[in-house]
Amino acid sequence: MSNQYFNKYFKLRKHEAKVAWKKAKISKMCYLFLLPYALLFTMFYILPVINSIFYSFTYYNILEKPRFIGLHNYISLILEDDVFLIGIKNTFMIAIITGPLGYILSFLFAWLINELPRWIRAITIVVFYAPSISGTLYTIFSVFFRGDSYGYANAFLQDWGFIDAPILWFNDPRYMLPICMVIILWMSLGAGFLSFVAGLQGVDGSQYEAGYMDGIKNRWQELWYITLPNMKPMLMFGAVMTITSSFGVCDVTMALCGYPSTDYAARTVVTHLFDYGFSRFEMGYACAIATMLFLIMILCNKAIQSLLRRVGT
Amino acid sequence: MSKKNKETEVVKHHLIQRRKPNRSIGGDLAIYIFLILVGIAMVFPLVYAINAALKPLDELFMFPPKVFARNPTLDNFADLFVNMSKSTVTFSRYVFNTVFMTAAGTAGHLLIASMGAFVLAKYEFPGGQTFFKMVTVALMFSGYVTQIPNYLIINKLGWIDTYWAVVIPAFAFPMGFFLMKQFMEGLPSSLIEAAKIDGASEWRVFTQIVMPNVKPAWLTMIIYSVQALWNNPQSTFIFSEEKKTLVYALNQIQSGGIARTGQAQAVLIIVIAVPITIFMFSESQILETMASSGLKD
Repeated sequence: MSNQYFNKYFKLRKHEAKVAWKKAKISKMCYLFLLPYALLFTMFYILPVINSIFYSFTYYNILEKPRFIGLHNYISLILEDDVFLIGIKNTFMIAIITGPLGYILSFLFAWLINELPRWIRAITIVVFYAPSISGTLYTIFSVFFRGDSYGYANAFLQDWGFIDAPILWFNDPRYMLPICMVIILWMSLGAGFLSFVAGLQGVDGSQYEAGYMDGIKNRWQELWYITLPNMKPMLMFGAVMTITSSFGVCDVTMALCGYPSTDYAARTVVTHLFDYGFSRFEMGYACAIATMLFLIMILCNKAIQSLLRRVGT
Repeated sequence: MSKKNKETEVVKHHLIQRRKPNRSIGGDLAIYIFLILVGIAMVFPLVYAINAALKPLDELFMFPPKVFARNPTLDNFADLFVNMSKSTVTFSRYVFNTVFMTAAGTAGHLLIASMGAFVLAKYEFPGGQTFFKMVTVALMFSGYVTQIPNYLIINKLGWIDTYWAVVIPAFAFPMGFFLMKQFMEGLPSSLIEAAKIDGASEWRVFTQIVMPNVKPAWLTMIIYSVQALWNNPQSTFIFSEEKKTLVYALNQIQSGGIARTGQAQAVLIIVIAVPITIFMFSESQILETMASSGLKD
């Protein structure tokens, strides 16, 4: 009797061990497949973030060993570094204006072209997406906004008598940021826009039909009650893309306004980071800037995500 | 009663048959006009750039400037190769550097990220979801945050001023990994199980079943990887002139002043043509991938 019981027990154990072994074998295969990517990802994404936080508490100039100085970098960044404060102010200005606006424009255009005939839509997508994918096309704006009277903008304004002397668009602090923002907006239909286009195409048509039955009267109601709730995951993805790019602005301002720009009027956080990291080799200080930027981006992402969860409710 | 019911049914059916009952003609017209205006504004810089590259020198400096070239020529492009063949680093070398780094980085990224994405999408194992969460967090900060420590790491590896400093980190690009994993989740698991029953190994399943079925995601990965590598001057990791990229050359030529205006326009066209062309030919596949790009909580 007890023998039989033991036999059963061992059989079960044996079976369990077999299952566990099989699972481990599958897991092992999984780890092997993931290993190359995980290794590189750790080396070039996780480790740098940790390093960056570590170095931000030190004085480090590559030649000497890092020396621990506590919060000194952060304190001098916030209390003593006027240029950094300009950079923070500019970055936030750019992010607050171009971020939400670019995001809304991405969705608006994706939504407006959604019902166009197929091939017209395909062309429109290329037209709208080209500025963002081409990456360097924005440098053409230096021709339009040239500082002498040969630039289009100046020539136009002079011909119509708005101004007497040509405006130095990219040297005059009054104009630098607004023009850069216009250009950034022009480039803002990026990955988020594509995600929206694809998401809108994927909304189940029968939901709209059900909506008409339930008395949805116009396209705005349809948008809020049917389209947007269906698009939530894409809206999240688009938000991540927008936040990341709008706090990381530096290409456009550096290429058009120069580096450094007049009166630091076009300095952003990332430009400041480059300045200390690659021009002055104060790596500890630069890492403190990077860590702050990292925190700003992550916190902003979390905040926007909790906001987006309420869409359509 | 049943007759009346049927009648309303027919009316409702009729309403649904017209595809969009909630649309007014005026509204549609306003949208079309708005889209056309915005479209012209969006495409104007591109049209201008193309025409500027085709303009002979006298037209480039004509005043008032014209948008369209009157006597289009390819002289500016020829100048690039002829004039710059006398400089220490020829123009074709810059082209080669960029093409090589972009191709190598993209190919490695495609293979390595797809392998990881495959197991994350199709199997459950301890740590898998945590790892994926980390990748999505990596989407939330831009590469600038990690640039300084990255420089230090690459310096330690001794890769500074080699192609590898650009190529290897590109393998780990999180965006492509994320999109590939999301897309692979849509792949029916029965496909993989069927192959397994037939005795295929995991590697075979991956190369012969999974990869051929996710071609749209390949193209998406390629376009994002190309965009990131092609448009980056990469001047932080590479110092020697003979390893510099096309975009770096573009910046040099653009700052070369008025004498090189024509050449600058020609390089700009060469630089932007590649990503735009790839996108045009793979648009529908990319949109197919982006349909699964959503971030779920």
